[in-house]
Amino acid sequence: MASEPVPMLEMKGISKWFPGVQALSSVDFRMHAGEVHALMGQNGAGKSTLVKVLTGVHPPDSGGIFLEGKEIRPTSPQDAQKLGISTVYQEVNLCPNLSVAENVSIGRHGSSLFVNWKEMRRKAEALLGDLNIHIDVTAPLSSYSLAIQQMVAIARSLGAQAKILILDEPTSSLAEDEVKMLFTVIRRLKAQGMPILFITHFINQVFEISDRITVLRNGHRVGEFPVVELSRMELIKKMVGREIAEEAGGRAERAAPPSLGGTPFLKVRGLGRKGTVQGIDLEVTAGQAVGVAGLLGSGRTETAQLLFGIEKADQGSIEIEGRPVKLASPLDAILHGVGFCPEDRKSEGVVSELSIRENIILALQSKRGVFHTLSKARQEEIARSYIDLLGIKAADLEVPIAKLSGGNQQKALLARWLATDPRMLILDEPTRGIDVAAKLEIMAQVMSLCDKGMAVVFISAEIHEVIRYSDLIVVMRDRKKVAEIPFGDANEQAVIQAIAGAES
Amino acid sequence: MTPPESDPEEVSTSPAPLAAQAPERAESRLDGLRRLTRMRMFWPLAILALVLLFNLIFNPHFFSVTIRDDHLYGALIDILNRASSMMIIAMGLTLVIATHGIDISVGAVVAISGAAAAALIGGELVLSGGTGMTDVTQAPLPLVIAGALGLSLIFGMWNGALVAFFGMQPIIATLILLVMGRGVAQLITNGQIITIYYSPYYIIGNGFFLGLPFSLYIVAVVAAVLLLLTRKTALGLFIEAIGINPTASRLAGVRARTIIFSAYAVCGLCAGIAGLIVSSNVKSADGNNAGLLFELDAILAVVLGGTPLTGGKFTLVGSMIGALIIQSLTTTIYSVGVPPQVTLVVKAVVVFVVSILQSERMRNLVGLKDRRRGTR
Repeated sequence: MASEPVPMLEMKGISKWFPGVQALSSVDFRMHAGEVHALMGQNGAGKSTLVKVLTGVHPPDSGGIFLEGKEIRPTSPQDAQKLGISTVYQEVNLCPNLSVAENVSIGRHGSSLFVNWKEMRRKAEALLGDLNIHIDVTAPLSSYSLAIQQMVAIARSLGAQAKILILDEPTSSLAEDEVKMLFTVIRRLKAQGMPILFITHFINQVFEISDRITVLRNGHRVGEFPVVELSRMELIKKMVGREIAEEAGGRAERAAPPSLGGTPFLKVRGLGRKGTVQGIDLEVTAGQAVGVAGLLGSGRTETAQLLFGIEKADQGSIEIEGRPVKLASPLDAILHGVGFCPEDRKSEGVVSELSIRENIILALQSKRGVFHTLSKARQEEIARSYIDLLGIKAADLEVPIAKLSGGNQQKALLARWLATDPRMLILDEPTRGIDVAAKLEIMAQVMSLCDKGMAVVFISAEIHEVIRYSDLIVVMRDRKKVAEIPFGDANEQAVIQAIAGAES
Repeated sequence: MTPPESDPEEVSTSPAPLAAQAPERAESRLDGLRRLTRMRMFWPLAILALVLLFNLIFNPHFFSVTIRDDHLYGALIDILNRASSMMIIAMGLTLVIATHGIDISVGAVVAISGAAAAALIGGELVLSGGTGMTDVTQAPLPLVIAGALGLSLIFGMWNGALVAFFGMQPIIATLILLVMGRGVAQLITNGQIITIYYSPYYIIGNGFFLGLPFSLYIVAVVAAVLLLLTRKTALGLFIEAIGINPTASRLAGVRARTIIFSAYAVCGLCAGIAGLIVSSNVKSADGNNAGLLFELDAILAVVLGGTPLTGGKFTLVGSMIGALIIQSLTTTIYSVGVPPQVTLVVKAVVVFVVSILQSERMRNLVGLKDRRRGTR
């Protein structure tokens, strides 16, 4: 390599210790102007901690941070932002009820007592215009999609004279077209010389957008690699530190699909609800995995909500094992043997301050009712058996679930449903935001239960995952079911075509 | 000290583990202390102990308990008796607060319950020869109690329905009853203060049983029932789950609405029981003033007891201790001779100090959370 210029950002020998954990041990990290640098590692590898040290949330125990060659010591995120280090988080932390323009300039009015609204609007439009986003900046932020909200957050960073932009899991909640839009913006910023730190779990995206990858594992830096010198498999090996079969547990490796004769477990005809989805027909047989593909907003999640009684259907019928049923609440669905891992683990899944044990037995206890209490010993036995089965890493059963990593939380939620002994399990984005190893373990477990006769409805934005695991792929578009593709005919091209529809 | 000569093996092996154990033990003692301060009950009990310690030093009479007419008398007994109504209210309110709700109508329900009981008794003074008073009641005592409690339960259910089924914000829903309740109480008493001339009713708030105030037995029964309900069934788990994350709880099949509704109903019932004790204690029902500002003391008791206002993990025993703290504080302030006009200021200052003590604990909790995020 030719002599390299002085890096825009350099972190040298950063160590950080938390009680019980050495989160970072002497980690080096650097970024050059105009590069997209991906920070990769499993949950618990130290990515978040490194970013938090950089953004002033945690002071490092040792080591130094140099921005444009000068040592800096950010003491808070605000301080870091003043120094030119701006972060856009997965969950956009702006004010949804304020206008876009206000969000772009909030906290930067300077010392002037009055707000120059016109100037504020003009500035916001200009900053967003730079990103090729042309929207009404006087509308409240909440009226725009999450993707646009992220653009607004990025524009806000640019307005704050950012020297470095950190994107923390920016694509986790975006649909594929929105990811494309974000990447266009990233490329534009990169061309302007902005160094961008990109943190994600999506390996495909890393290879699509980044120039260089730094891999962390267990708080150590494994190395820094130019993207062109690394293959997918090599990257995963470096992250995991061991050989894993990336494509394990897929449909192709499993036993032959069950014969689809007899009464299906679930039979849905013309199911719909005003304002959400219309005319859904669906059949799921015991031992069958049905994948649901579609863009964000295509009605994937809404369908699952009707099937689990979260929203009440106002059209069509649902039959479970040949008997018509009304699902008026999640409890109804649970009593009929249905389980549901929701999309948003944090707000719809975990009950953060309750222990792992309590989180695991919650659905089973609801199924039994308030007064058929499971004894503490029985609860512990159940929790322990699933902790072993799913390989949940936890100090003990009474630790609040919030203390677990994302992957382990997701496993505990899976345990919550498996404990109810479900006949059918609906998984809405079960692998979002968790690391590769946990993802594979979860899917392997679900698929082995599927082989034993559990019906699975698997919703995912990642098309290759849907294809890999499903016997049958249901494609949704514009809140309707538009295609059914059996496993044998499924390939990425076919599914994408069905998602995109005839017009493209 | 010298090991027995006969067993050389033991001599050679024993020192090593001993040496290894010593620092470990010191560490575990420190650990134990840390664990102790993290226990839910630690801070409420410590505060209560502090108030009592203050009395031990400045007010030695405080701890004297004498036996008169087979009854125990003294400041401590007095505190227990006076705190009984607040302990019961605080327990009911704890369940509501644990669901991430609030009930500011408990004071009004106290007034309604007392008014209903007094109205059912009738308030007629019939003079007679010897003692000067004959016990007369329009309704038999069980009916009086059932009537007052039934009415309180209905008002609790009203609150619960507004919150759980109509989706009203708890503070607004119960504000309605806070405003309306005193009117209802006065409607029942015809705007008068009804004096109760029926001595069997006095037992509830003034009587003694086996040397102890009768009201304490009521507290014990309420506490036992609520503890059994919440800890021996899954109710406590469900209440906490709802308080922490209502969406996730619903998705896990918890009947959130039914449980929230029940919590308000029980809270109303508890306030009703307290209303009986209060009206019995003062032998009258005053629709305007009975239970006035009780809601504030009750909220304070719950929070002092260690149940956060944000809901979730709750402790009934803690709330009882919280009520005891408030009552001992009040009694202490009176007994050390603080002028009555400034007692509220002194009380506020102490509550302020106590809150700071507790918020340090909150800061520790926040610290824990940060660490948790950091290790991800």
